[in-house]
Amino acid sequence: MSAQSSAAVSSGAIPNTMRSGPDDRGFFGLYGGRFVAETLMPLILELDKAYTEAKNDPAFQAELAHLGKHYTGRPSPLYFAERLTQHLGGAKIYFKRDELNHTGSHKINNCLGQILLARRMGKKRIIAETGAGQHGVASATVSARFGHPCVVYMGATDVQRQSPNVFRMKLLGAEVRPVTSGLGTLKDAMNEALRDWVSNVEDTYYIIGTAAGPHPYPAMVRDFQSVIGTETREQMLEVEGRLPDAIVACIGGGSNAIGLFHPFLDDKDVQIIGVEAGGHGLDVPNGHAASMAGGRPGVLHGNRTYLLQDDDGQILEGHSISAGLDYPGVGPEHSWLKDSGRVTYVPATDAEALEAFQLLTRLEGIIPALEPAHALAHVMKLAPTMGKDQTIVMNLCGRGDKDIFTVGKILGFEL
Amino acid sequence: MTDTRISRRFELLAREGRAAFVTFVMAGDPDPATSLAIIEALPAAGADIIEIGMPFSDPMADGPAIQASGLRALRAGMTLRGTLDLVRAVRAKDEATPIVLMGYYNPIYTFGPDAFVAAAREAGVDGLIVVDLPPEADDELCLPALAGGLNFIRLATPTTDDARLPKVLANTSGFVYYVSITGVTGTAAPNAVRVAGAVERIKRHTDLPVVVGFGVKSAEQAEIIGRDADGVVVGSALVEAVRTSLDAGGRATAETVGSVTSLAASIAAGVRRAKQGVLA
Repeated sequence: MSAQSSAAVSSGAIPNTMRSGPDDRGFFGLYGGRFVAETLMPLILELDKAYTEAKNDPAFQAELAHLGKHYTGRPSPLYFAERLTQHLGGAKIYFKRDELNHTGSHKINNCLGQILLARRMGKKRIIAETGAGQHGVASATVSARFGHPCVVYMGATDVQRQSPNVFRMKLLGAEVRPVTSGLGTLKDAMNEALRDWVSNVEDTYYIIGTAAGPHPYPAMVRDFQSVIGTETREQMLEVEGRLPDAIVACIGGGSNAIGLFHPFLDDKDVQIIGVEAGGHGLDVPNGHAASMAGGRPGVLHGNRTYLLQDDDGQILEGHSISAGLDYPGVGPEHSWLKDSGRVTYVPATDAEALEAFQLLTRLEGIIPALEPAHALAHVMKLAPTMGKDQTIVMNLCGRGDKDIFTVGKILGFEL
Repeated sequence: MTDTRISRRFELLAREGRAAFVTFVMAGDPDPATSLAIIEALPAAGADIIEIGMPFSDPMADGPAIQASGLRALRAGMTLRGTLDLVRAVRAKDEATPIVLMGYYNPIYTFGPDAFVAAAREAGVDGLIVVDLPPEADDELCLPALAGGLNFIRLATPTTDDARLPKVLANTSGFVYYVSITGVTGTAAPNAVRVAGAVERIKRHTDLPVVVGFGVKSAEQAEIIGRDADGVVVGSALVEAVRTSLDAGGRATAETVGSVTSLAASIAAGVRRAKQGVLA
């Protein structure tokens, strides 16, 4: 097949480093690329050029680092979860505490990078899509901080289940536009944001929140999130004197995960595990959002990647208890890392995530977001199988304040 | 691949001194049988070229009218295979009218690009428009389609500048589809003065016919656009005519086919007036 033969050429030989992608056309092997309408293509090329210049500009990097330190609160702590470790009776568990960032999740890392880029490019109006609302809040926050109007597209279903974040966005001055097409979740919000961008190409900058979309977004979002893994390496070397045995993160589009994983990809002794949303279970048709475990490669939202889809190539909506993981695709670099075998991707169900959510709250006094609760659900399985001298770092990428209504409803608590 | 149904149609139109009326409807909207009846009736209503939408769950370049049309078709069970069956049925009775399939890449990628090109050619398809395959992705489908005897029609947009146009036009065949607005289908109305300038700009780079679409809804607009362009595409207005003809349950009624063809006939008259105005 022509598409695959061309991809084989672009992937080339097995690389010495796993960290050099994507190629100049934006491909990680078969995955990635720039599958967008012609109206957007010149903008995407302009963005690529602007980002390449910014990335290599020490002044840009210095401003981003300054904001990271004084606005976000970086570096985020690496916390040894002593009671959870005792409870599980195996490997020592550390949390990378990105839920302590300003705005409550890792999303701010990317938004600060992209708003600085938008300003460099002279764009005035900011748009974003959001699922759980964390990226919407982070986009609204940086727009407020720099004085730009901001429109956030959010699926109507998600507007319902994440109402605290909707209010936060409004307080921050953003306009939240509920999207009713499809089932009204993250995929539909991204379609609508792309339509807005096509219609307002002159003045608008689209802050994509996850490591997906047309090139350069997957690489750019990864670069802005890699501060997570870079800090984790340094902190582990400082406290343990060696790298972790395993690192674990949840995967929706996969931005927090690629941020943690990327600096470790060439460390062959570090086991890397991504945890997808298993929803009601992988055997339930359209009942999960595990695009790699339960999907196949396809093209959506500007990139080729693993997608949940039917036999005709129509995209399925998927399901997860967590709005932030409820996306039928995944960032293309994850698809490549799955096929290469470097990263292991496993599912965790709604029920397992809910149990992990409660366990962490009671044992460590930390209410996690439902997204990293999926990662924790896997840590609960993994840690007991490992030695007490071994270590796991899990990215605690978001805090759970936004989820107390969802969880309260399931647990039968009137809020 | 110089002598095709599309090239023959444009030669005929040139002899007749008029612009092409290009109609877009969605395969399977509101149901496969009614959709076939609509498409079969379009040439008599004045359609010179028929574009048939391949329904997709996530049409990122389409406005509300065509989004809804695609969802109606999918709910009625339309698939890419079903779309090819529809073309085959139309082609069995109409050997002359060019048929162009328009849609998004993922269903074709799922089908298999080479297998799709062969199946489309066999069904009687003449050309493809795939919105999310820019020239940078020509090896995916454009080159196999050209090798397999299909025209690959590219969209040029107001954001496609002179530096980029040659790249966009390089592997384009059949005709060039100029998107008259920066936006999604069926929303803003095109500005006639800008469209004229854009058509002239594209024609400096290619000998292919240039047709204009996205936002053309009425006979009056079609007449104005048709003065400068080699053809006018109307889509959202026609699928809206489908929608407004449906009963409360979303099913076709006795009026459905007629409401589409009568709108098409009135716009076709506008397109036919376009070059007359220029000559007079």
